Amino acid sequence: MQVPSHVEYERATSVEHALSLLGRPEHRVLAGGHSLIPMMKLRLAQPEVLVDINGLTELAFIAKDGGQLRIGALARHADLLDSAVAGECCPIFRDAERVVADPIVRLWGTIGGSLCQADPSEDLSAAFAAARATAVIRGQGGERAVPVREFHLGPYETVVGPGELLTEIRVPVAPGTGSAYEKVSRRVGDWSVAAAGAVLRLDGGKVAQAGIGLTAVGAESFVAAEAEEYLAGRPADEDSFARAGAIAARHCHPAADQRGPEDFKRHLVAELTARALRRAAARAEVR
Amino acid sequence: MRVTVTVNGAEYAREVEPRLLLIHFIRDELGLTGSHWGCDTSNCGACIVWLDGKPVKSCTLLAAMADGRALRTVEGLATSGRLDPVQQGFIECHGLQCGFCTPGMLMTARWLLDRNPDPDEAEIREAISGQICRCTGYENIVRSIRWAAEHSTGHPLETE
Repeated sequence: MQVPSHVEYERATSVEHALSLLGRPEHRVLAGGHSLIPMMKLRLAQPEVLVDINGLTELAFIAKDGGQLRIGALARHADLLDSAVAGECCPIFRDAERVVADPIVRLWGTIGGSLCQADPSEDLSAAFAAARATAVIRGQGGERAVPVREFHLGPYETVVGPGELLTEIRVPVAPGTGSAYEKVSRRVGDWSVAAAGAVLRLDGGKVAQAGIGLTAVGAESFVAAEAEEYLAGRPADEDSFARAGAIAARHCHPAADQRGPEDFKRHLVAELTARALRRAAARAEVR
Repeated sequence: MRVTVTVNGAEYAREVEPRLLLIHFIRDELGLTGSHWGCDTSNCGACIVWLDGKPVKSCTLLAAMADGRALRTVEGLATSGRLDPVQQGFIECHGLQCGFCTPGMLMTARWLLDRNPDPDEAEIREAISGQICRCTGYENIVRSIRWAAEHSTGHPLETE
């Protein structure tokens, strides 16, 4: 029987109230809890106080706002999967959410919680990195915006400090852009063996800007930067996508584990990156 | 701390530790043992109950998080002495052997049919993909849910 250690429980009634309760490192945000509670049960996390933010429904939105998609930190995975507005402008998130955990976990787990958990195999971190999204973090002194590519400091560690709360993720949405996410996992609900997300902005058959996110393969900040640079200005064709995949595979740092050996994971990175780019390009042309 | 919940329409209040998991609150504090405590790792789905109308894996929530909210458990499926069509479907189509996963399967099946009254096999398999059955190979569970979809109008027990 897995039992968390003793903990105090507070229920936040507003963002300001939550911030006032989060002043110390031992005070942890409790959102969906589907990462934190398992870690507490295994005693890998032993917070002194949990600050339950599930009542802050003002953070549960998903909305298109001019040139960006705004996703509240408390939006559930199922909300993002089912969102017509997100599916229309950013299909990468629908692709990714279809393979995040399982349908029941997706009903309760939150977008902000996934990002803040900062698991090195987490899917949305790669998708948001590919999309060059921005994280909005609120503290008692005000609000700051951090590119998602600078949000993670390392495994299970982010720039969100004591007394701060991730409130929103903002995704730029530009015309002529297509996106897609491709994942290989051993079974439903499992972490990726490897996964790749691509966001492509095309201009006259050429790549104006490429975003490529990788997860579970040790890519720095979940980004395949060398492959992105390679693609800039090149024709959006099979040859470019295959070469970009090969570059991404060469520059990531997968570790052999129970999900597979290193060479298999590099093979997946090459193939999944090329597939994601291909689908992203097809979607960009339709738009 | 004091946790007050509505379960299947009835209100309960208990004094509990904040670290108490929802599944243990339901089983040990409220005595509603229809929901099963399974893998303890949110993989198997035997502990699925509804929280404010949505299925959740209750081994991965604290009872504290349910304070002031409404729960529905497998004990709340039958109404006025009549089995829910999903329960009847599991009887008709042999949807269980040991029965350990059944309460979670039933709660997910009811939720699926409420949103999608006529799901095809792929949609049923997707809906229960976060749950584990070690007996049936899932075939009869899928048939049971299909049976419920086909018998969800009127009263299932009177169709016999």
